[in-house]
Amino acid sequence: MNISTTLFDVGGLARENLSSLSAADVNRPPARRQGVSLSLEGLSKSFGERAVLHDIELQLQPGEFVAVVGRSGCGKSTLLRAIAGLETVEQGTIAVGKGAIGSSIRIMFQEARLLPWKTVLENVALGLPRSLNAAAATLNTVGLGERANDWPAELSGGQRQRVALARALLHEPQLLLLDEPLGALDALTRIEMQQLIESLWLARGFTAVLVTHDVQEALALADRVVLIEEGRITLDLKVDLPRPRARGNAAFAALEQQLLESILHPAPARQAGKIAAAA
Amino acid sequence: MAQAKNKSPSALAPWILPVTLIVLWQVASQAGWLSSRILPEPWAVAKAFWALAVSGELWVHLRTSLWRAASGFAIGAGLGLLLGLLTGSFRRAETLLDTTLQMVRNIPALALIPLVILWFGIDETAKLFLLAVGVFFPVYLNTFHGIRSADQGLIEMARSYGLSGWPLYRDVILPAALPSILVGVRFSLGLVWVLLIVAETISAQAGIGYMTMNAREFLQTDVVLVGILLYALLGKAADLASRGMEKRFLRWNPAYR
Repeated sequence: MNISTTLFDVGGLARENLSSLSAADVNRPPARRQGVSLSLEGLSKSFGERAVLHDIELQLQPGEFVAVVGRSGCGKSTLLRAIAGLETVEQGTIAVGKGAIGSSIRIMFQEARLLPWKTVLENVALGLPRSLNAAAATLNTVGLGERANDWPAELSGGQRQRVALARALLHEPQLLLLDEPLGALDALTRIEMQQLIESLWLARGFTAVLVTHDVQEALALADRVVLIEEGRITLDLKVDLPRPRARGNAAFAALEQQLLESILHPAPARQAGKIAAAA
Repeated sequence: MAQAKNKSPSALAPWILPVTLIVLWQVASQAGWLSSRILPEPWAVAKAFWALAVSGELWVHLRTSLWRAASGFAIGAGLGLLLGLLTGSFRRAETLLDTTLQMVRNIPALALIPLVILWFGIDETAKLFLLAVGVFFPVYLNTFHGIRSADQGLIEMARSYGLSGWPLYRDVILPAALPSILVGVRFSLGLVWVLLIVAETISAQAGIGYMTMNAREFLQTDVVLVGILLYALLGKAADLASRGMEKRFLRWNPAYR
């Protein structure tokens, strides 16, 4: 049992980094290549008798975008919540960055989780109440600058998720965790949001882990797609497609087919490990 | 849009029934179908109201009653809020206090009257005690419930954004509990008048309840009706006040806009 404790103190998730983000930082453009590496080794977790995660091994390069797919209940959300420190694990280590304390991690949930009694702008500035100007600027980058003084109840589902994204980005996270944030959105809004997330990721270079059940979404965004079945990683697929990715593309369709095959027909004999796909 | 268009008819609609009833009442009295000792005509009630207002007697009673209601409410609701926040927020406080409070809650406040008279006699303290006990529980229970049912997802999110301690309480837990707390306040504001009537009819030298009971002794049915109407008006005013509070504090909530 070797768990870096700084990560598992939920309240301490980002506190270290808050103080370092002063007003002086506000006007400087976001640092490029601000991603950190993420390394999971031998991660195991069970709820009572039921094991949800089995000996998970996963390495992410700084700035890498990895999508985690799988059927519902396969443990992918638990994995993400464990990385965020919202869930304790029984075994294994989670290392963010080079072990340096203060790597800032932000998580986006399936629901936007905006505080309904705070305006859109106050929501974005949550935890950083003195950076209202920076919050307004970040709100502009997600295209909602006009709605700063509205209540969250007045926004659509997609707009709320954009506010949640702005709220996460204001902290300039080095690791952004996305827990099916687009799952509840309609198809068009989802594609718009994917493009927004991709462009912000390209511009800022944070490391990203996206949990999704949408294979297309995973392939559209991620450098690598990891498949989890019954708490084990059974496939680690490199997506070597040029960005921005066209969904109609033959290579895209081939990868999608391959991934869907793996999800729909789990082969017990299949070796867990890396299967590089030739694009 | 549809609401704005229909504003004038819908604003009058709630008053159609009471006005019709008063007109029927007046007609029935004038036609002699109602004895003035049982139910004096509305006009006589209005005249009694005017006479009491001019002599200043009405205002003395009104002020006394208002003061009692306000202080009883402040003590009871204040304590209810405080203890509700305490037991809602700290498991240890709940373990220590909640069982006792739940037992006491099942005693109707009015059942305490004999004991209250033995303890405090028949002066102001007795009345305030009765009001405070009655008002305490709705506020306490709703505050406790509001704190406990605060959205765990929001709390988790706020913690992951670095909020903890007082900022977490102020920005997340308290606003989440506020709708429930205001339900308790509204219920208490209604209850305070019921308790006040009973408290003032037991024994008092002033107050609307005293005025009404006194009038009964002299068969002044019109004054009795003035007292009853005053209670109705005060109840309505209290309701409006609590609605105003909801509109003010819950303006973020589409249900209260």
